[in-house]
Amino acid sequence: MSRSFLSSPSPAGAALPAAPTLPPARGRARVRRVAYQVLVQALLLSFSALFLFPFLWMLSTALKTPQEMFAAVMRLIPRDPQWGNFIRVFSAIPFLRYTLNTAIITFGTMAGVLLSSSLVAYSFARLRWPGRNLLFVVLLSTLMLPGQVILIPTFILFSNLGWLDSFAPLVVPAFFGGGAFNIFLLRQFYRTIPFDLTESARIDGCREIHIYARIILPLCKPILATIALFTFMGCWNDFFGPLIFLTNPDLTTLALGLRAFQQQHTAQWDLMMAGALISALPTLVLFFSFQRYFVEGITLTGIKG
Amino acid sequence: MRWTDRMTMRRKEALAGVLFALPWILGFLVFTLYPIASSFYYSFTRYNMRSAPLWIGLANYETIFTTDSLFVPGVLNTLYFVAFSVPLNLAASLLIAVLLNNRTFGIRFYRTLFYLPNVVSIVAVALLWQWILDPTFGLINQALALLGVEGPGWLTDAAWSKPSLILMGLWGVGGTVVIFLASLQDVPASLYDAALIDGAGPVRKFRHITLPMISPAIFFNLVMGIIGAFQVFTQAFIMTGGGPSDSTMFYALVIYRKAFWDIQMGYASALAWILLVMILAVTLVVLKLGNRFVFYGDTQS
Repeated sequence: MSRSFLSSPSPAGAALPAAPTLPPARGRARVRRVAYQVLVQALLLSFSALFLFPFLWMLSTALKTPQEMFAAVMRLIPRDPQWGNFIRVFSAIPFLRYTLNTAIITFGTMAGVLLSSSLVAYSFARLRWPGRNLLFVVLLSTLMLPGQVILIPTFILFSNLGWLDSFAPLVVPAFFGGGAFNIFLLRQFYRTIPFDLTESARIDGCREIHIYARIILPLCKPILATIALFTFMGCWNDFFGPLIFLTNPDLTTLALGLRAFQQQHTAQWDLMMAGALISALPTLVLFFSFQRYFVEGITLTGIKG
Repeated sequence: MRWTDRMTMRRKEALAGVLFALPWILGFLVFTLYPIASSFYYSFTRYNMRSAPLWIGLANYETIFTTDSLFVPGVLNTLYFVAFSVPLNLAASLLIAVLLNNRTFGIRFYRTLFYLPNVVSIVAVALLWQWILDPTFGLINQALALLGVEGPGWLTDAAWSKPSLILMGLWGVGGTVVIFLASLQDVPASLYDAALIDGAGPVRKFRHITLPMISPAIFFNLVMGIIGAFQVFTQAFIMTGGGPSDSTMFYALVIYRKAFWDIQMGYASALAWILLVMILAVTLVVLKLGNRFVFYGDTQS
């Protein structure tokens, strides 16, 4: 499953091997294939219009004046684009503060996840100890556990620890395991690295922590990048965690803060859309820059593992 | 190597193994096992976080099943959401994945595009769609007005609110599409070539080769889709707040209200346990049925 990680980086998109091509056909078969291609293109075009248009509408709204937004006749391209809306967002709500808070939580969590999950996965993948297989089954079963069940006691626990209204409930747990899914992903990857490579180092008396840090980790950069990306996306966009644990307005994150425009007397859709677009910028840029890691990461989600 | 050396190496390895796994073991005990156990305990108590939990036996469950005015709508709305959104999402994502599994002009662009909504936070998505679905100024009703049709209040009409949220969810099928696409690309080309020689048409090829070969992916997406749909929260929380007239009062919203508005932690824990049992029951049924339909190839993978 992880062949593609070991091979040299391929350009985005090429990570997906294309569908098999058939030998050139003639006559009626060829007509049929052209017709099929036309049908596929027509469907893809119309579906992608449906997928793309909400984004265009978002941008369009972000650039409108309130008058134009609520005008009787709708226009996709605003008459007088209000680029200033993107700046007004920063003064309408403490947007910079929210961005900073979100960044602190996100990078803290990323550090915890990468450190913790790579260590734990090493143990499950390459070390033999009593109870390992049983605990791995337990780990996998936590993937199916609905978060609702542990939500309330976790909230009470953090409340008793005095951690509410701090970033601790959102960041600290990442250092304790880093998520069952990430451990699983890394473990699957670690197991593809030849055992001879580490066995000889071990016989030479090399300590496990050195084998992990100097032999295994350098080989795992692609999968670690995938996990880092997914963690970034998950944290940056997280709504529920901050909603539950943060009530202090100074600690609000972007996902929470965007709702401020909605809760005002009349919803300021223009600023809300501008804010939503800016807040999505980091994830959009990351997605376009590292698309390959995304596709591979999702692909590894269990079915191929 | 001498026997004693090998023994010490083994013990060293076991020790290292436990130490490396320790962060997760501790995390599991503190942030998973303890919460599960204590949530079970809380579900038999009255607990407002100001005084100690008070044991009241089955009283919470009794109230939930007899007098709670939100429990029944919560369950029914959630079941409705699961029953329609999961199959609809599966069908749509499979169709898109099949389309994307073609060599055709611009395929890289399309593959990127369909995943794009998943990159944006669900809050932004929910706010955007709330605007698009606005009864008077929203994109959809304005477009309908051009055709002379008066669109409904998508989110303000109890008859339309759930379908609106379900249809809106289709915008986020990208993640499922990628999994299907990967699975489609793993189907050996030789199978299709053989079918071609036998004179099978596209429908028969899809029915007898594609579907069985990707059935593990279908099954995986089905189970994860069900578990996710049972916990639907954010869209309704932001866009409708559970209304109008409780038509989008999903189960997770009921739990949230009891826990964080009313601070009835014991009661909310009981609600959460009922949700867990419902999810478990449905998942087990699906797993049981699934084993009959899922084709894992010659060797179990």
